Amino acid sequence: MTDATLTHATPQGTSVTTEPRLFRWLLTGTVLALMAVLLFAPLLVVFVEALGDGIAVALQSLAMPDARSAILLTLTVAVIAVPLNAIAGIAAAWAITKFEFRGKAFLITLIDLPFSVSPVVAGLALVLLFGANSTFGAWLVANDMRIVFAFPGIVLATMFVTFPFVARELIPVMIEQGRAEEEAALTLGAGGWRVFLTVTLPNIRWALLYGVLLCNARAMGEFGAVAVISGKIRGETTTMPIMIEMLYNEYLSVAAFALAAVLALLALLTLVLKSLLEWRHAGLLAATRRH
Amino acid sequence: MHIEIDAIAKSFGGTDALHPVSLAIPSGALIALLGPSGSGKTTLLRILGGLEFPTAGRVLFDGADAMGLSVQARRAGFVFQHYALFRHMTVFENIAYGLRARPRRTRPPEAEIARRVTKLLDLIQLPDIGDRYTSQLSGGQRQRVALARALAIEPRMLLLDEPFGALDAKVRKELRQGLRDIHDTTGLTTVFVTHDQEEALALADLVVVMSMGRIEQVGRPADIRAKPASTFVRDFMAT
Repeated sequence: MTDATLTHATPQGTSVTTEPRLFRWLLTGTVLALMAVLLFAPLLVVFVEALGDGIAVALQSLAMPDARSAILLTLTVAVIAVPLNAIAGIAAAWAITKFEFRGKAFLITLIDLPFSVSPVVAGLALVLLFGANSTFGAWLVANDMRIVFAFPGIVLATMFVTFPFVARELIPVMIEQGRAEEEAALTLGAGGWRVFLTVTLPNIRWALLYGVLLCNARAMGEFGAVAVISGKIRGETTTMPIMIEMLYNEYLSVAAFALAAVLALLALLTLVLKSLLEWRHAGLLAATRRH
Repeated sequence: MHIEIDAIAKSFGGTDALHPVSLAIPSGALIALLGPSGSGKTTLLRILGGLEFPTAGRVLFDGADAMGLSVQARRAGFVFQHYALFRHMTVFENIAYGLRARPRRTRPPEAEIARRVTKLLDLIQLPDIGDRYTSQLSGGQRQRVALARALAIEPRMLLLDEPFGALDAKVRKELRQGLRDIHDTTGLTTVFVTHDQEEALALADLVVVMSMGRIEQVGRPADIRAKPASTFVRDFMAT
């Protein structure tokens, strides 16, 4: 045994990680090259194409009523769907991590369902459920509540597709934190709502923020489910991704890419916002990390 | 405050954590609940604090039935095993938490809160750490902050779950004396849970030895050492 330990002794002055330098460079280089080709190049192309005929032309195409209504619709849907999903996600994560109940494993699986089901299938399912052909849908139509091929349907489809994001970010964090801090707050006299606001929420705020940002990015970008349920009524139920596809199919590539650039910018904005928040709170983040 | 435990039983999904146990804790005493893990000592402590509800039996505080009292209304100063300090707050805010959580009409003004927190920081002999976050403290400091936070609500009793469990031997000895001093100054009825017989015998006025959800013996440290009531107690004291 002593011989074995001796041969494994690390020579002085070298790192304990023993991968050869060449291997490390190869690995890093491959990852960087892959990222350049898969992530950065496509994003760059979108902006190059959008501004190919000059910024004036791009802005002009964005000022068209169809493009403007698409931007407005997408933002409105996100503003409604994201907060609702944030609340639903917190509730789901809370129930799963703080209580014991029958059917818990089933609920966890159910939360992941939107990730595994194709968005098109989700859209179709919603059309079948709320469309005029089902009993429930017929009742809705008879009472003048339009869901399919209308704004509420788009919100529903978006919520379905983006439901897991917040809950999935929160569940591991809340499991790791356990219940001790909340119990401590209770023994100190705080009521349930106060405990939630002053202890639970601050402890999950970063996970919540990531979840909300991811949820928002996906909500603005969702195509499949919305394409089915919206009926693609131009200027009425066309969100940005759908409008981009329509414009592209009509060979209006500058208009398509200009709108795509705006969508990409919105996504980038969320990332910048996230980094900015992390940077501003870096000190507090380090100080309050789990000890 | 005098605490009376009257035939408390607790089962978790079919397994009995506590068989009916009864115990009288005299006002102002320092009591150790001593036993190996799984003996039900922590469950009993949590029932006293209102964090757990018994399957049967009741608890009386100064002769009055406490079973209807919520965890907040019990006003038990509870020190958790890993302290459960609020990570996103400074030490000052941790200690002030219970005062700020009071309803508006009984909440002390800001100056009074600051005065009380300063006084508690002096009591735990850490006067200068109010601005720090809990991650910047040593284990012993965290334990004392947890104690100060529990004392801030002017509790009717002090309940501590393995208060020295996560500390090294030297700090443990120091803080033992610290707890004894705080108990003697405040005069609060104090119950602490431990699996360390030496600690229980050195610190407590009265030791309650528990095993498998039952109370094996209640007595003063000298009596338990001299006259163990069962083979379990004798074996447990010997280890």
